[in-house]
Amino acid sequence: MPEIIPAPSIAYGALSPILIVFAAAVVGVLVEAFVPASRRRVVQIAVCAAGLLGSLVAVAVVWGTHELVAVQAVAVDDPALLVQGLLAVLGLASIALLAERSLDASGGTIVSRAVVLPGSREDVALAESTAIQTEVYPLALFSLGGMMLFPACNNLLLMFVALEVLSLPLYLMAGLARRRRLLSQEAAVKYFLLGAFASAFFLYGVALLYGYAGSVDLNVLYEATGSARSNELLLNLGLAMLIVGLLFKIGAAPFQAWTPDVYQGSPTAVTALMAGCTKVAAFGALLRVLYVGFGRTQWDWRPVMWGVAILTMVLGAVLAVTQTDVKRMLAYSSIAHTGFLLVGVIAINKNGLSGTLFYLCAYGFTTIASFAVVTLVRDASGEATHLAQWAGLGRRSPVLAAVFSFLMFALAGIPLTSGFTAKFAVFRAGIEGGATALVVVGLLASAITVFFYARVVVMMFFSEPLSDGPTVAVPSAFTAATIAIGVAVTLVLGVVPQPLLDLTDQAALFVR
Amino acid sequence: MSDFPFLTVLGIVPLVGALVVSLLPTARPLLAKQVALATSLAVLVLTILMCSAFVPKGQRFQFVQAHDWIKSFGVQYAVGVDGIALVLIALVAVLVPVVLLASWGEADPADPPAPDRRFASPKTFFALILILETMMIGVFAATDIFLFYVFFEAMLIPMYFLIGQFGGPKRSYAAVKFLLYSLFGGLLMLAAVIGLYVVSTHQGPGTFAFAKLVDLNISEPVQIWLFLGFFIAFAIKAPLFPFHTWLPDAGAEAPVGGAVLLVGVLDKVGTFGFLRYCLPLFPAAARDLAPYIIALSVIGILYGALLAMGQKDLKRFVSYTSVAHFGFIGLGCFAFTSQAGTGAVLYMVNHGLSTGALFLVVGFLISRGKSRLTADYSGIGKVAPVLSGTFLIAGLSSLALPGLSTFVSEFLVLVGTFTRYPTAAVLATIGIILAALYILITYQKTMQGPLSAAHSAMKDLQLREVLAVAPLLALMVFLGVYPKPLTDVITPAVNFTMHDVGAKDPAPTQANLSTEGR
Repeated sequence: MPEIIPAPSIAYGALSPILIVFAAAVVGVLVEAFVPASRRRVVQIAVCAAGLLGSLVAVAVVWGTHELVAVQAVAVDDPALLVQGLLAVLGLASIALLAERSLDASGGTIVSRAVVLPGSREDVALAESTAIQTEVYPLALFSLGGMMLFPACNNLLLMFVALEVLSLPLYLMAGLARRRRLLSQEAAVKYFLLGAFASAFFLYGVALLYGYAGSVDLNVLYEATGSARSNELLLNLGLAMLIVGLLFKIGAAPFQAWTPDVYQGSPTAVTALMAGCTKVAAFGALLRVLYVGFGRTQWDWRPVMWGVAILTMVLGAVLAVTQTDVKRMLAYSSIAHTGFLLVGVIAINKNGLSGTLFYLCAYGFTTIASFAVVTLVRDASGEATHLAQWAGLGRRSPVLAAVFSFLMFALAGIPLTSGFTAKFAVFRAGIEGGATALVVVGLLASAITVFFYARVVVMMFFSEPLSDGPTVAVPSAFTAATIAIGVAVTLVLGVVPQPLLDLTDQAALFVR
Repeated sequence: MSDFPFLTVLGIVPLVGALVVSLLPTARPLLAKQVALATSLAVLVLTILMCSAFVPKGQRFQFVQAHDWIKSFGVQYAVGVDGIALVLIALVAVLVPVVLLASWGEADPADPPAPDRRFASPKTFFALILILETMMIGVFAATDIFLFYVFFEAMLIPMYFLIGQFGGPKRSYAAVKFLLYSLFGGLLMLAAVIGLYVVSTHQGPGTFAFAKLVDLNISEPVQIWLFLGFFIAFAIKAPLFPFHTWLPDAGAEAPVGGAVLLVGVLDKVGTFGFLRYCLPLFPAAARDLAPYIIALSVIGILYGALLAMGQKDLKRFVSYTSVAHFGFIGLGCFAFTSQAGTGAVLYMVNHGLSTGALFLVVGFLISRGKSRLTADYSGIGKVAPVLSGTFLIAGLSSLALPGLSTFVSEFLVLVGTFTRYPTAAVLATIGIILAALYILITYQKTMQGPLSAAHSAMKDLQLREVLAVAPLLALMVFLGVYPKPLTDVITPAVNFTMHDVGAKDPAPTQANLSTEGR
């Protein structure tokens, strides 16, 4: 007897924050096809802004929903909505950096024809040309849409799809740097190969978990872990592989190796997108998987995550000390911060969840602003990212140097900046969750991180300027606004963090 | 008048002053200096008003204010002062205008005339000092441990820039060393602060309020761990032997004004922390570990004195004398007698005055002779009698000559320690002899003897410099003869602390020196 499968009902309202971004991305593709080249950039920027702002409004409207929609595949709850709202704002900031045109003499930091072989005659001509391309905007929107879906997935297969949707555009965008093309293409290939590996792990993990529970829905998995089943091996192997895929995306050790190369090679605006947004989305997903799906088996995975967190913090902090390139240093610093965030994740309590969410907000803004500052320091060959080139910048451009110092102190976790409040939030949750040793390691790693953050300040303020040092480009309103907002948020979350803490406290409940 | 929110206003005034100074045009350094000085004098006046409104025999904490700050963490903006904090805030209020006046020419980029030292302009220097003043007042006024920690750490940043931008040749090394040492200790303390909070959540709503934390029941092993977290941070800050190695570098490379505040005030946060936090919060741990700390203090006294004698660099010399002095303060804090405790607090103030004066005079000398080496000076007293006279008075105060204020405190510390740890007190007395040696030898080498030709045209102190250092000398003499105003305020606060730690003074021997007697 044929079974009638009813069409699933899709809660379009509850999904609107995600759908609006995807719709905007599709519109962006159409714009590429139908709008004359001379006007595309303006239209694309408008589409991006409208899509992300619309998504933000949708988040505000939907806020408070607490249900599984679309045949239980997507969870619409406060953590997901908070992350989506955050991604909309951080996405706007990243796209503002992509849209910056006044820094490079050729007008834009994104290459106009990515297929041209680096070093070829065409490539030489390309370096001179002032042509721009605008496909990068819909790419960024697709990626952001994937990021918004990623932490909201209750179904692991859908989570895999979201992972691919967010990753594929990023692989491409990593190779789009206008200057230092070879480095950029290397970054793209590395990111793609390793990312594909990680995706395979993720997918294999999903398959094993399906074998364990007969379902890939997180809430069903949770029920399954409660009943006495014999096949623990499938569960643990599946979870391990799933986590490997996620750890790769958040850049946790020992799956962090891609981070410095990719961060360094990508156009800095894209790096900002990766460091700010991808990390937020991936942590949202990790939190959901661990808290919703595997809260009961925490005794199995917590020890492993302890090890991962310790390794990540120590490795990130120690290796960052040896870096001589600002972007690589920020990459290792982001690894260290991943470790700090994991302390909040491992706490497995309400404060851990809210603390991690708070940390993501704080870190996202500070990081994007930091990379935005990096885009401004330039010499003839593009961005001057070697640390030695930053010597004496405080004398040449006191405001920029002061801003960057402030951001560095925030990343170092000095009080009265968001970095301190955030660290405090996750470390408190860690000690409450019984992870005192982990917190002590975290604090020691923090002490190490201070060393290299302070070194940048030393270079800028206490060293003599180079005679042929880089110049500080005057940014347009796009970059200036991004930096200003990042600095303002960093300060406000350090001095009056209570409103956001209220929000994250309130949001710290997953739907199951 | 006692309802007036003195502490908040005291914190805000320098901050506003700093903002105004930093917004003034760079081309008008004089105006920036005047605004800064006026601000610091306003703070001084306010502090004097506050001191006169303080009731020594009243509540433990006065001028109390408490408002929720970060409710999710249970953090309050809570301020209030006991006698100990009050005198230290007064010390800050006195030292800042002195430092500003003494640094009038220090920050001028004339020497060396670096081409584009735009950021390192005088107004930056003066604004940084004012920001530092806010932090210093805040750290003593906070009665919420989280708030205290915030100031404790944030304070490092202006000092870091003061050393790094305006310091000597090795300034960047010294600044980073200072920052890293302090932050390392600070992070250990942060672990203990969070730990303390978590303990408090097991016994009621989580809190950082000092008054509530004092009443917690903490098991002894936990106490020891938390105590160590706080203690190491404070010992680095103080600096107590063997955590002192950053001080000579920072003290030597910092600009003179910065060095005065660094050694005079910032380091006191460490010893203040011993008395305010280590003892009352973890009494059992403090009692268990006190003998070891006493031993470290005694080593510090002797070691600092010996190393001071061997220094060739005048600023390093003053820094090492401080290491020795901090040994005395540590001794006083952990002897657990009210005399020693009162002596320790008094010592904090007096050390701020005498070492501050010593640093200033050394700075005046160095700015004239363009060298920091003792060996480069000889017979300066012949051309600059006022300079050499101030050097002598500051030095004599540093070696605790009777009649000058340091004597009172050193005596109280030694007497108070003797009743409980006679051996330590006897050994510490050797430190006094060594102090006499290193001060007088240095004075003799630099100020007496044949005048070196290079310095035959050295100018004596200007009026501005005299005005800067005179208040310190006057206070030294006044408090040396009549310390009662200070002891009246300090003793009740110390008694509260001794009560918290559960220490009773040992039965008095014949040397029952009443604190009022002096």
